[in-house]
Amino acid sequence: MGISIELEVNGASVSKEVEPRLLLAHLLREELGLTGTKIGCDTSQCGSCTILLDGQAVKSCTVLAVQADGSEITTIEGLANGEYHPVQQAFWDNHGLQCGFCTPGMIISCVDLLSTNPQPSEDEIRHGLEGNLCRCTGYHNIVRAVQDAAETMNG
Amino acid sequence: MAGESNGAGVFGSSIRRREDPELITGRAKYTDDLQLPNTAHCTILRSDYAHAKINSIDASEAEALDGVIAVYTASDIAESGVPGGIPVGWLLPDMVIPEHFMLAKDTTRYVGDGVAIVVAEDQYTAHDALDLIYVDYDPRDGVADPKKATEEGAPLVHDEAQNNIAFDWEIGDKESADTAFANAAHVASLDIVNNRLIPNAMEPRAALADYNNITGELTLYMTTQNPHIHRLLMSLASLGLPEHKIRVIAPEVGGGFGSKIHHYADEAIAAWASMQLGRPVKWTATRTETYLTDAHGRDHVTHAEMAIDANGKFTGLRVDTYAAMGAYLSTFAPAVPTYLYGTLMSGEYDLPAIHCHVYGVFTHTVPVDAYRGAGRPEATFVVERLVDEAARVTGLDPAEIRRRNFVAPDNFPFQTQVALAYDSGNYEGALDKALEAIGYDDFRKEQAALREQGRYVGIGLSTYIEACGLAPSAVVGSLGAQAGQWESAVVRVHATGKVTVYSGCSGHGQGHETTYAQIVASALGVPYEDIDVIEGDSGVMPHGWGTYGSRSAATGGSAIASAAEKVVDKARTIAAHLLEAAEEDLEFEDGNFFVKGSPDQAQSLPDVALQAYLAHNLPKGIEPALEATSFYDPENFVFPFGTHIAVVEVCANTGQVDLQRYLAVDDVGNVINPMIVDGQVHGGIAQGVGQSLYETAVYDEGANLLSGTMLDYAVPKAHFLPSFETDRTVTPCPHNPLGVKGVGEAGTIASPAAVVNAVVDALSPFGVNHIDMPVTSEKVWNAMN
Repeated sequence: MGISIELEVNGASVSKEVEPRLLLAHLLREELGLTGTKIGCDTSQCGSCTILLDGQAVKSCTVLAVQADGSEITTIEGLANGEYHPVQQAFWDNHGLQCGFCTPGMIISCVDLLSTNPQPSEDEIRHGLEGNLCRCTGYHNIVRAVQDAAETMNG
Repeated sequence: MAGESNGAGVFGSSIRRREDPELITGRAKYTDDLQLPNTAHCTILRSDYAHAKINSIDASEAEALDGVIAVYTASDIAESGVPGGIPVGWLLPDMVIPEHFMLAKDTTRYVGDGVAIVVAEDQYTAHDALDLIYVDYDPRDGVADPKKATEEGAPLVHDEAQNNIAFDWEIGDKESADTAFANAAHVASLDIVNNRLIPNAMEPRAALADYNNITGELTLYMTTQNPHIHRLLMSLASLGLPEHKIRVIAPEVGGGFGSKIHHYADEAIAAWASMQLGRPVKWTATRTETYLTDAHGRDHVTHAEMAIDANGKFTGLRVDTYAAMGAYLSTFAPAVPTYLYGTLMSGEYDLPAIHCHVYGVFTHTVPVDAYRGAGRPEATFVVERLVDEAARVTGLDPAEIRRRNFVAPDNFPFQTQVALAYDSGNYEGALDKALEAIGYDDFRKEQAALREQGRYVGIGLSTYIEACGLAPSAVVGSLGAQAGQWESAVVRVHATGKVTVYSGCSGHGQGHETTYAQIVASALGVPYEDIDVIEGDSGVMPHGWGTYGSRSAATGGSAIASAAEKVVDKARTIAAHLLEAAEEDLEFEDGNFFVKGSPDQAQSLPDVALQAYLAHNLPKGIEPALEATSFYDPENFVFPFGTHIAVVEVCANTGQVDLQRYLAVDDVGNVINPMIVDGQVHGGIAQGVGQSLYETAVYDEGANLLSGTMLDYAVPKAHFLPSFETDRTVTPCPHNPLGVKGVGEAGTIASPAAVVNAVVDALSPFGVNHIDMPVTSEKVWNAMN
């Protein structure tokens, strides 16, 4: 039996009837075609599926679609507003990605980190990203990217 | 940062990657992101037992579930008439090669071995149905430790492999090594376990198979590092479809580190299911499944010893290794602990006598195969740990004993005692640069002072070499490879002077689209922006062998450089004709052909290209159009080297290891894009530090995988690692057109020894001379107490 939900995704209204067990990550990817959000594990460790739910970074593999009823969601596809978000730009400029699979979730987590801590130290950045795994970069250039984005955003 | 600019200066500059805009916006499509109409979803039931007989399988409830299309077992695959095999692609003499099929027939041999297939209308139903299949197992004893597996009475993985030994291999000269030990002034000796690792590419493996039962053509989108190898093995061993009826496409691929080289059952199963149903079938691994099916890495048990004379010169090396193969022989598994391991045992040293003996051993575990570095990290760990132990037993400083034994810069090419001929190097140059950057002499003074205060800091050197840029085809063929290792490229200049480059490599995060365009921009003198790079599709490019073994610059890049040179040669002939000049009188500069001294009357490459396509006025015997194909077979491996240094402090109360600094001086020959090279070094170090401090795949006595999820297996997080300090020396490769060596694996090869050497150095006041990886607080505390 489906349950009706209404939510706003990247600024657009969405109405859907969903199975109660449907994960938000699958709603986004399978039903709405927003495949920028990735699924990299089944234990909520990797953070590839991170999105903004009412402005807060959450792992969308750990949220039921029905729990998102009435909320505002921003995925990686909705982050750029005519031009790249400063965090996206900083990831590009600082080679903060290689294979790119963790990148959407990582970028969203960095946006959340900088919204709560606009001038993080390196240690705060590293701990702030502990919910997101990257296997390619060794995090070195991700840290540089966050520092660069912080500088831009504090402009 | 350099801009995205034109022409010859592009090679060697840190251009931002052209791959990134799609990746940072979520537009890039990975395999699981692709959707085809009418796609069915496939899941695979896996054995819960390391070793069991299958008495019966009852799938009736699963088949009755609404939305389930079919449930298949091994007998269905056999009855379909396909070969159904999963082959090994590297043959060693007298190797035991057990049969391996897409599903277990009557015996499961590791936790994760496939038993049945569900195909359903959606993925949730496909997963539900797995719980409704009832398998009557008769469990048997299993064994996971590669040394214990060879002991009398150990459970056999395959009846035909006595003592579970798949192969018994050696290299070097035992007699001369034994003589060296008989005459040695000192002997350094260590027992070493090289811990089993799980690759953990962030994108789980996946396949979307689309079989057209009208045309008989299969299109297979999959997570692959080498589409052509997968096409070949799908055709010959698994599906029986003609090779030209299979097209393997690598969409965006989210990391591999070796795990997406191999030919697994799962992708073949998705393709086979699509052939049965005549509709697209998708399979995507859960992370738990990747832990149970992606080929693991390392897993060696080794005894090694070094003979040293009274002057601190190494005179002999003996190594005995038990290398796990897991339950079956994976694609390139036999090569990893043999030709990618034993051949590296000379390290950076002029070692006159070496003998290395390896047992390849079946265990009731996930198969083991190439994982970033593949054999070379294991060899480097053995050699570099032994060198530090040699320093300890001789009383020499670790830097000094290395200097006394390095191959001298004027001694290249250097023929080792274990088959390889090193191309070029300056090992002491990299060591000096690293020691100066880290402040080695000052560190030793500070270390002594801190010890007085009860603080234990340590410094660890790893002066590594690796053989990569796989590889001269005739050489690997003589060693057992059932594959060539040359690489292909097409450079196609269009009529408007724009360029498309095709490569047989298949990147998955390395930035080939950027660096290959840099190579071609420099070679043709055309704007970087006018060059597109396409790879990863067996349907549109000549046969290639893919991306692994740090081969994409040295071998793939050289193929591109060679094709570009052919294009220039042809363009020169046409330009000479158009300029009514002799070819030998022409200069080629910044994309323009002109007679020496008359640059104002030039034919640009686009001018020539247009004339080549119009073909109204071509020199006699010259074919129309402007493109060239190259199949580049390297004459030797390439040999990157360098010095890595780790600095740690060990907490005397808890045994916690704090990695305080990590410095790498690498020599990878000429550098196409420094930013990308540094990124490769960073990622490589992170994986090696992961092995040394955090990661390990743990099996219990019954061969159950205990570290079966990301909760239990410590993939390093950001705060587990420091920032890295990187620098380079440049010793060009003398035998390829770009002078490049290769960088993808260097960090992973060098770093485990650097970290463990640093910990052992910190613990030297406690008489500790070795700790196995991962160096956890518990192990350190026990060693100190």
